[in-house]
Amino acid sequence: MSGTVTPPKANIMQPEALKLNVVDNPPSVLSQLTQETLALTRRLFIQLQRRPSTLVAGIIQPVMWLFLFGALFQNAPQGLFGNSHTYGQFLSAGVIVFTAFGGALNAGLPVMFDREFGFLNRLLVAPLASRFSIVLASALFIVSQSLLQAAVIVVAAAFLGAGLPNIAGLGAIALIVFLLALGVTALSLGLAFTLPGHIELIAVIFVTNLPLLFASTALAPLSFMPQWLQVVASLNPLSYAIEPIRYLYLHQDWGLNSLVMQAPWGDITFGGAMLILLGFNVVALLSIQPLLRRSLA
Amino acid sequence: MPPAVLIQNLQKRYGSVEAVKDVSLQVEPGEIFGLLGPNGAGKTTTLRILCTLSTPDAGRVELSGISVVDNPRGARQRLGYVAQEVAPDKVLTGRELLQLQAALYHLPKAKAKERINQVISLLNLEEWADKRTGTYSGGLRKRLDLAAGLLHAPDVLILDEPTVGLDIESRFIVWDFLRQLRAAGTTVLITSHYLEEIDALADRVAIIDRGLVIAAGTPSQLKDKVGGDRVTLRIREFSPIEEAEKAKNLLQSLPFVQEVIVNSAQGNSLNLVVTPQNDALITIQQSITSAGLPTFGIAQSRPSLDDVYLAATGRTLMDAELAAVGSRDPKAERKQNMK
Repeated sequence: MSGTVTPPKANIMQPEALKLNVVDNPPSVLSQLTQETLALTRRLFIQLQRRPSTLVAGIIQPVMWLFLFGALFQNAPQGLFGNSHTYGQFLSAGVIVFTAFGGALNAGLPVMFDREFGFLNRLLVAPLASRFSIVLASALFIVSQSLLQAAVIVVAAAFLGAGLPNIAGLGAIALIVFLLALGVTALSLGLAFTLPGHIELIAVIFVTNLPLLFASTALAPLSFMPQWLQVVASLNPLSYAIEPIRYLYLHQDWGLNSLVMQAPWGDITFGGAMLILLGFNVVALLSIQPLLRRSLA
Repeated sequence: MPPAVLIQNLQKRYGSVEAVKDVSLQVEPGEIFGLLGPNGAGKTTTLRILCTLSTPDAGRVELSGISVVDNPRGARQRLGYVAQEVAPDKVLTGRELLQLQAALYHLPKAKAKERINQVISLLNLEEWADKRTGTYSGGLRKRLDLAAGLLHAPDVLILDEPTVGLDIESRFIVWDFLRQLRAAGTTVLITSHYLEEIDALADRVAIIDRGLVIAAGTPSQLKDKVGGDRVTLRIREFSPIEEAEKAKNLLQSLPFVQEVIVNSAQGNSLNLVVTPQNDALITIQQSITSAGLPTFGIAQSRPSLDDVYLAATGRTLMDAELAAVGSRDPKAERKQNMK
C-alpha cells in the first residue's frame, strides 16, 4: 500500500481553505431534517443498487412461495378455502403480507451493523436536527422496498391465475403494505438499538418470522384452525393485513364496511382492519420512543 | 476568546470501573494538544464525552465556551471527530461518504460540492475519491476520515489515536498534515499511546494514567521537571553481567551521576541519569577505559516522555500497556463504544 500514499502538498494548505463562510440565512429545522433524512436514505439506496442480492432474493422467494406452495394444494377441492377459486388465489394475499413483514423485520440489521462498525458514531457526532431522521430514513427505505416487492408479487400472482384487483384495490394494497411495513420496521429498529449485537437480532428475527406466519391467516383460513389458534391468529397484526387484501382479490366491489374477517370476538370490516393496523403502528412507534431516546438522546 | 476545549474535574464510571476519576485540562485555540497515556487510562472515554457520544457523571466540559452537556448540538457543529476505528461504508465511494457527511452538517448543496473538492485536494484523494472505500488501504481510509472530519471546518479537530495501525509512511503523512492544520489555525486535540507521536506533534501535553492527569505542560517543561540527562553506555554489544556490575560501581562514584541501572533487556547496557554537563560522556568513557574495559557505544539524550511517565507512576508506559492489555474486558468496552 505504501506506493499509494504521497504526502499532501504543503502549498495547498491555505488558512482560508479551512474557513467556512457562515451561510447567510441558516436553513430551517424542517429543511435540515429533510436534508439529513434524504442523505441517509440515499445511502441505503446506493447500497441496494450496488448490492442488490437481498432484494433479488426478496423477490424470488415470494414468487417461489406462490408457485410451489400454490402447486402443493392445487388439487384441493374448490371452495375449500372459502370463496377462493384456487389455493394460489387464496395464497397471494398471504405472500404479499408475509414478504412485506419479512423485509421490515430485517430493517434493524443495517442499523445494528452501523452500531457495530462504528458508523453510527459518525451520525451521532454530527449536529443532526433530530436523530429521528436515522429511523425515518430506514423506514422510508424499507417501505419503498416492500412496495416494490408487493408490486412484483401482484404481477406474478396475476400470471399464475390469481386475478388482479382493480386500481382502487391496488391502492388499498399499497396502503396496507405501507402500514404493516412501517410498524414492523419501527419494532425492528427498536430491537436494533436495544439488543447487544447482530447475532441476537438475527436470533429474534428467526424465532419471530415463521411462527407469526403460521399463526396468521396467510396459509389457511381461520375456519381451518382449532379455537386456540383462531384466537392467536386474530391477535396477530398480520391477519389484519392479509384478510383485507384477500377480500380485494375476490371482490371487485368493496368498501370500508365489507366484512373481511370473522374473529372469535366478532366481525371485522375492511375499515376496522385498517384501524387496527393504524393502531398497531401507533403502539409500535410509541413503544420504541423510550428506547430511541435512550440510545439516541 | 474562550479556550477551545475546557475540561474541569471530569468524572465518568462504567459500572464499577472508574474510567475517568478526575481529569482537568484546557486546550488553547490554535494549538496541538496531546493526551498521552497507556491503553485503558481514560483517554477515549474523555474524548467520547467531549464529542457528546457519552455523558459525564460530573464535571464541566466545554467546547469553545459551549457546554457539551447543555448544548450538545452546538458543540457538535464546532467539532470534527476522527474516531480510532475508521468506519467508512465500504460500498460508498469516498466522495459519496463526504456528500453524506456534508448533508449531516447541513451544508448547502453548492457549498458542499466546493468543500468536498477542497478537502479531497487537501488530502490528495483525487485519484481515489470516486472509488469505493472498500478498496482503500488503512492510510487512505484515515485520510478520508480526516477529510470528513474537516469538511465543516470545525473549531476543534479531535483525533483518537490517529496513527494506530498505520504504516510508517502514512503515519508521517498524518503528522505532516496535522502540523499544516495547526499552521492554518485549527485547534487539534489528539490522543495517543505513542510517545514519539506526542513528542513530535504536541505543543502541550497532558499525561493520563488510570483516570487521572498525572502531568501537564509542554513536552520540554515536563522533561525538565524530571531532570537530568540520560546516558546509555554499552561496554560490549552483549556485556557479561560481571563487567556491567563492575562498571556500575565505578560510575556510581562519579559526582555528576545520579543513578545507574543495568538493563538486562539490552545486553546488559548501563542506563545512567546524569546532571547535565558538557564533559559527561568523556569523563564516563575515561573512567571505563582506565578500569581496562572497552566501550562499544555511548549516547546522551534528554529524558523522554516515557521518563516523565516513569517518574510520575513508577512504571514505564510499556509496562502499563502490557498490564492494561491483561486487565481489560474487550466485550464490555465494545458495548460501551457501541452505544
